[in-house]
Amino acid sequence: MSEWITALLLLIGGVFAVIGSIGLLRLPDVLIRMHASTKIGTLACGLIIAGSAVFFADAQITIRVIAIILFLLLTAPIAAHMIGRAAVSTGVKLWENKTQGQLDE
Amino acid sequence: MSQFLSFALEASFALVVLSVVLAFIRLAKGPSLPDRVVALDMMTVAIVAFCGLAAIRYETAAFLDVALVLALVGFLATVALARFAERNTARTKESTNE
Repeated sequence: MSEWITALLLLIGGVFAVIGSIGLLRLPDVLIRMHASTKIGTLACGLIIAGSAVFFADAQITIRVIAIILFLLLTAPIAAHMIGRAAVSTGVKLWENKTQGQLDE
Repeated sequence: MSQFLSFALEASFALVVLSVVLAFIRLAKGPSLPDRVVALDMMTVAIVAFCGLAAIRYETAAFLDVALVLALVGFLATVALARFAERNTARTKESTNE
């Protein structure tokens, strides 16, 4: 039973990792790309690491895994915030959405 | 280890490596420095996930320590690069104003 849960967690995590990096590759500007990579990256990594906790089923390892996931959840928003601020202050070219004008009318 | 688990393990190894490769393409292409920092951040997170997979594959819990340290170092690298990008542009703006 626990092997099935592990396998499902690993597969879902792997699929999310690929979706995140496809977003990183295809989306139009830095801030939108960050939206794909930081959130989905944290989710994919958390799922795979949780899968390894289920696989080992050991208290010490579970504590270690919880520490890794907590650390990722704490640091990913801070890192994303700092990159976003750097991107805005660098003045990178942002995406001009062609349909935005139509919505305002 | 059941057949389904070992299949899932190999498949997710392939998926995570594919995501590292796609992030690397963005790292090579990225038109600006923040793009590259974002791609590097994504690569670090994917490699942390890879360490989790390796821990299962070789049944060695020590890979999880590697994952923890890699998450820490990756966070520090991202913060340092972001500060570098910000300060660099501030300096060039100052020098063009004078």
